[in-house]
Amino acid sequence: MSFILIFEQILNGLQLGMMLFLMSAGLTLIFGVMGLINLAHGVLYMIGAFACALISALTGSFWLGLIASILVAALIGAMIEVSVIRRLYLRDHLDQVLATYALILIFSEATRWLFGSFALYLDVPDILSHSINLFGVLDYSRYRLFIIGVGCVVAIGLYLLIAKTRLGMRIRAGATDREMIAALGVDIRTLYTLVFALGAGLAGLAGALLGALQSVEVGMGDSVLILAFVVIVIGGIGSIKGAFVGALLVGLVDTMGRFLLPYALELVLPAESAATIGASVSSIAIYILMAIVLVLKPKGLVPANA
Amino acid sequence: MLNLNKEQLTNLFIISTIIAFYALALFLNEPFYITLLTKVVILALAGVGLNLALGLGGLVSLGHAAFFGIGGYTAGILASHSLNQEIMFQWLGSDISGTTNMLIIWPLAMLFSGLVALFIGYFSLRTKGVYFIMLTLAFAQMIYYFAIAWPAYGGEDGLSIYVRNQFLALNTLAPETFFLICFSLLIIVLVIVSRIEHSRFGAALQGARQNEQRVAALGIRPFGIQLSVFVLSAMITAIAGALFADLNRFVSPAMFSWHTSGEIMIFVILGGVGRLLGPVVGAALFILFEYYLGGLSEHWGLFLGLVLLSVVLFARGGIIGLIAGTRKYD
Repeated sequence: MSFILIFEQILNGLQLGMMLFLMSAGLTLIFGVMGLINLAHGVLYMIGAFACALISALTGSFWLGLIASILVAALIGAMIEVSVIRRLYLRDHLDQVLATYALILIFSEATRWLFGSFALYLDVPDILSHSINLFGVLDYSRYRLFIIGVGCVVAIGLYLLIAKTRLGMRIRAGATDREMIAALGVDIRTLYTLVFALGAGLAGLAGALLGALQSVEVGMGDSVLILAFVVIVIGGIGSIKGAFVGALLVGLVDTMGRFLLPYALELVLPAESAATIGASVSSIAIYILMAIVLVLKPKGLVPANA
Repeated sequence: MLNLNKEQLTNLFIISTIIAFYALALFLNEPFYITLLTKVVILALAGVGLNLALGLGGLVSLGHAAFFGIGGYTAGILASHSLNQEIMFQWLGSDISGTTNMLIIWPLAMLFSGLVALFIGYFSLRTKGVYFIMLTLAFAQMIYYFAIAWPAYGGEDGLSIYVRNQFLALNTLAPETFFLICFSLLIIVLVIVSRIEHSRFGAALQGARQNEQRVAALGIRPFGIQLSVFVLSAMITAIAGALFADLNRFVSPAMFSWHTSGEIMIFVILGGVGRLLGPVVGAALFILFEYYLGGLSEHWGLFLGLVLLSVVLFARGGIIGLIAGTRKYD
């Protein structure tokens, strides 16, 4: 176990964290502004990946696929919001959970109907497909670095959008007091559709980016959705800054846990059982992290509206 | 003549329908339909468990798959040790071995799930609303990934139970016997749940659902009763899990998956939240869908989703709500 290996794992953790940030930013925004718990966010992630796979197969350009993933996911997100989600804002959480779970069933089956059960594969463009030498010590995948970069750009972009623009001001106001800003003449229905579409677009982008690392298949959104829930619970539901902190924390803890725990356990246990127990415990490390955070800070690390 | 209200009449009708179906399947000598009916009864039992927490207590748990799976794995692990004649572990110098006796498996399933529910509930109940939903979901996922990563009991492949576990001297492999065991358990649990609903504990619980501050002002701490009902609800779902393992003679991490939690919740909602027999109707509808639509199209999940969406959006109160009118006191 060398320094280079640890450095590589830290980069992998950052890449996973950035991915989770793209997912959880939308989830936390939708909860913070509309008070909606959206299980169908994983579906939008899947839709983004399929859109990217389809368009890049048709046009031969990964970049067009990436743009398509954002646009298609945002468009479908807007359609879902207008047709279903809009009716759920005033309902209790149980109805929201069930209706969005129903959306998962509908969209997963519809996608399986259209594309079949086989996984699709996305090719990374040439310019990103090789590795790059970092500081003369480590050859690291350019594509993973690209994902980290996209995550940073989105984080900065979201910060500017929320903090510096008129739309962001309305979003913040909507999260604080929706009746009041409606009374001030802001078209709250359009605002909600926009926020939902924004979150959907980010989820779609995340799906397309990760689809190229893994495979594009029905159900790919499930595990990511639950990780994103863990992220926003840790970060504080409704807070984008919290989502960023939580995503990086979860990404790093998950990656480093899988990497380091077996080594750490080898110090006290025989090698064989250290590997098994290490694998089992590291697969639940982030949930333990979440439990600890909630005991210490029940509202998350960066509570919204604090 | 008994003086029954609309919901009690509906309940009576539902129970008679199940018995009638059983008699019909027996008469036609169709063991497959008996097995299908057994599946309905077992899934209904899991739903009855969740309904106790969700309907009466207002605790929206999206993690009941954890308890369903714990029940299943308790049955599976005990049976596999017993059938392979391996010692499970040594305790106080004596060997503890597995068992295939349902009368030992059920209490153990309840014990383990109860302990886990105590742990999950203790942390989750400190939070409210959406946090509670996500926490129960996350804890269930934690157990799911643990079951996949833990290789001793099959890991991702699951665990087969070669012979159905034993209940007294009955032949549990006969579909009709196994159905009667499951059905009797369901009826017993329904009676207990109904007694709980009308007890002082049930009144406090429903009070806590409707208005926590008011219950607290009366000098009752909502946390204690909510934790108790969460544990109780988990135990019922765990028995269903143990029976489900016996029905399929197979357990796999899929029992822990969050889709299982979602499905158990669907039974409750389709039938009617907080209605005594809501989960029974919901589970029956679900299996009917799975069986008939699944026969017509492999994409039956699409139709299930559409039906579920319409029930949530337009038919609040579920099927029993449609038949027997909205619940009193709500």
